This record gives sequence, C-alpha cells and structure tokens, in this order.
Amino acid sequence: MSKLEIRSPLPGTFYRASSPDTPPFKTEGDIVTATDTIGLIEVMKTFQQIPAGLDGKNITFLVENEEPVMAGQIIAEVDP
Amino acid sequence: MTIRSVLVANRGEIAVRIIKAAKALGIRTVQVHSAADSEMLAVKLADEAINIGSPAPKKSYLNIEAIVSAARLAGVDAVHPGYGFLSENGDFADAVEAAGMIFIGPSGEAIRLLGDKVAARAIAARAGVPTVPGSDGRVADIGAAEVVAERTGFPVMIKAAAGGGGRGIRIVQSLAELREQFPLASAEAAAAFGDGGLYMEKVIPRARHIEVQIFGDGQNYVHCFERECSLQRRRQKVWEEAQAFLLPDNVRQRLCASAVALAAEVGYRGAGTVEYLYDEDGRQFYFIEVNTRIQVEHPVTEMTTGIDLVQEMFKVAGGAALSLSQSDIRVHGHAIECRINAEDPAKSFLPAPGTVTRLSIPEGDGIRFDTMLYAGYTVPPFYDSLLGKLIVWAEDRNACLDRLAAALSKLTIEGLPTTIPLHLALARDPSVRKGTFHTRFLESWLETDFSTVDGTSAEVA
Repeated sequence: MSKLEIRSPLPGTFYRASSPDTPPFKTEGDIVTATDTIGLIEVMKTFQQIPAGLDGKNITFLVENEEPVMAGQIIAEVDP
Repeated sequence: MTIRSVLVANRGEIAVRIIKAAKALGIRTVQVHSAADSEMLAVKLADEAINIGSPAPKKSYLNIEAIVSAARLAGVDAVHPGYGFLSENGDFADAVEAAGMIFIGPSGEAIRLLGDKVAARAIAARAGVPTVPGSDGRVADIGAAEVVAERTGFPVMIKAAAGGGGRGIRIVQSLAELREQFPLASAEAAAAFGDGGLYMEKVIPRARHIEVQIFGDGQNYVHCFERECSLQRRRQKVWEEAQAFLLPDNVRQRLCASAVALAAEVGYRGAGTVEYLYDEDGRQFYFIEVNTRIQVEHPVTEMTTGIDLVQEMFKVAGGAALSLSQSDIRVHGHAIECRINAEDPAKSFLPAPGTVTRLSIPEGDGIRFDTMLYAGYTVPPFYDSLLGKLIVWAEDRNACLDRLAAALSKLTIEGLPTTIPLHLALARDPSVRKGTFHTRFLESWLETDFSTVDGTSAEVA
C-alpha cells in the first residue's frame, strides 16, 4: 500500500504549531481530512496555513519543526 | 578614533548600501551572512565575508554572540547594524562596545530609552513636543484603560509598550470592545515582545505620517528636513517622499525644530528619525516614536539634501564632530522612493521568493536603484521581501511623478512577481498626483481603484 504525499506549496520555514506554547496541529499517527491544517510555512516573514489537501490516516512528518523546506518538498505522508 | 574597518551586521540592500558608503571612505568591509545568504550581493562586494549561522534569523542575524565573535575574529574597529534585526537592540550596542569596538549608532542606553514607547513619549513631552492624547505612561489594568478611553473618546488605540514597526496595535471602537481586547492585547504583547505592557493613544483620523531625519554628535544636533510616508499597507510604508507635500512652511519649521529639541534632550549621537502624525485639518502634529537607526527611506532625504547620511554615520561614530550646521542643509527639488518587494499584487501580496532570470535597471539623471539583486540571484524565503528601492528625483513633484512612471516602466525584474505594477498604478493615480492621501488611503485604494486596474502585470511585462 503506497503512501499519499503532502507537499509544501511554498518555500520557507515549516512550523508544526501556531506558537511554541501551543500543541502541534497534528500528532504523528493522526487522521487528517483535506481541510485540516497540518502546519504553517513562514515565507518572507508572513505565515501561511498549510492544509492537508487530502484525506488519510496515520500521518508521518518528514520535515522537523522549524526546518527549512523547498516548494514541492514532501512535508508529510499519510496512509490512504 | 577614525574607523578603518567595519563589520556589516545585516543583509539585503542595506548591507550593500553600507558597503558602498564604507568603500567611498576607504574603510575595509567585513560582511556577515547566514548559510542561506552566501551568494548575496553584499558578500560579493565586501572585502571579507563570515558565515555566522543557519538561515533562521535568531540563529544568525539576531545572534549577538555570533556577530560579536565574528567582529573580533575579523579585527574590525566598528559594527554597522543597518535597519531591522539588531539595529535597535541596546544590548547589542553594549556588547559591541564591551568588546572594544564602535557601535555605529546611539548608545545602548539611548536605544533602550527611546525604544520604550512610553518612556519616549515622556521624553517628547519634556522636550515640548506634542504627543497624541492618551495614557500617561503604561496602563495598569482594564479599569485604568476605561478612564483613559473616557477622556480621549473612541476610537482609541491599544499599543504594546515594546512594540514597533506597526506591530502590536489594536483599535477599539467602544467600551465593550476595549474590555474584550485589552487582556488579549496584553497577552499578545507578552508573547511577541516579552513585555505585556500596554499604553493608549487616541486615533487621529485621516492623518498623514510625517517624519524628521535628525543627526547628532552628542553635542550638536541638526535636522535634514522631513519625509512624507503616508502610503502604507498593514502599517508598513510602501512609498515615501521628501519633502512632505502640502505642508505649510511654518508647520514644517515647528515640526523640524521639535525633532531637534528631542535629539538634544537625550544627547543623541548618529542618525535617527522622529515620527509624527500630522492632522491636516487642525494643522497639528503629534509625536509617535523615534527610530534610533538609519531608515529604509533615507535615500529620499539624500536625494533632496545632497547629504550622504550613511557616510556621515561613519564619521560621527568615528569621533568626528558633525560636519553639518543647520544653515548648510537645504532642500532641492522633490524625491520619491518606491519599495520593490517580491510579492504578488494580484494574489493579495503573497510573498514569492525565487530566482531573478533577467534584470534591467533604468539609468539617467535623478534615478537611483538601491538593491540586493543581480541576474541569476535566488532570493531566499527566510527574510523580508524587500528587493530594492527605486528612488527618483526631479525639480518638482509633478516632474518627479512623470520621471518615476517612466523609470518604473523601464525597471524589469523577471523570474518572480514584484510590486512594480502597484507603484506604476500609484504613480499614475489622480489622488496620488494631487497628494490627497493619508495613512489609511492605500488599503481602501487597493480594494477599489487597484482591483479595477486589471492586467497591470501585462502592462508592465
């Protein structure tokens, strides 16, 4: 069973939570729906919400919190 | 002490600007950069470059220890902080001085004093500068806030004592809104600035944002006249002019004199800017804040006065007395600066970094382009979106607007979206031509006039 990929639409810095004091939008293993926010990308000092864009389960993050990402890079994978 | 070498503790176009000024004075330049910035123009232009850390600003350009270590390693005499990042951080100024080097700016103490918006208001009041009606210092709690609001009337602004650059501001229209927003604003200020302190100011409707360029050597103080910065989006300036259009001469004299009085009150050293709101109807100006650094929009002052402000910063920081007396400083003609950002005006100004595939810069009398760009450069996503500033000068404002429109039409940056179409539309707009704008003008103009200028990108391409 192949994994589904969630890619970053933008280059920037990836954040898993809206602030250092709040829990992450999604925890490893969570179920996601297309409209769920899975993280934020900071691009040029503005923050853009990143929706999952697909339905799936058992989310696995391939990018660490506060790590730089390129546009098109895979941020997370889910099982269909 | 004369400065023979300098470390540039910044990036982008201002780093390039500082290096050029230093080179003109025969000063050796050392440029720090993050891992994401090894290809930036300032690195290529500097005599030496030092990598100070990873792309995240807090791990590089905001890392005081890393920058001071780099300065020691490079054996420089001085550090220039530019604008943004650590430029208004008193602890950074102190750390540079403690390491035996010159900080090109005011003392750490002056930065802290003027950086605290509440303390700065008190200093302005002492110097006889009118302040916006509001709280006397910090507002202790919601009860005190209600008393202030009843005195000033609504709408009223709640502002973070440690805020700046338009951040940490909320406008409330009623007592109910004040009660709801006050605790939120305090929590937000604590999270953003590490200080939950708030103060309050009455909203001055349809005001213009006018600021005065000041310069001091700790003994003598001058002004280099004023700039008009009312065209703003989300409280960020996008277009600046010198001088302020339609400002009566007697008001201009009082405004500039008040900025000099404020500089003298704190024994100011270096370049600074005193910002005001100007109520055209009442012909009254009110102090807002002091920026204790060189500003993005300094070139319009340079174009109209003929003074190189960055070179002057080096001289004064090196211990020289101010080379200018007030009577030497005169204004000629009119200048306008457009901030060219890597943002897509057609997509709500979404920032869009990328690679510059082609660059063509207009040249000619009265045209200056301060930039970080070169063909083939990839703009990183980790910093702000400013790519450069087009500054145009002419004998009068109308001629300046004509020359600006022509220059914008010839400025080509391919490979990523920019705000050039926005500036071209503004340069041709009748209200902008008449000068009838205020600090809220641009946002409503964007919703009505700019959205109807369909195909602005095609027009420029």
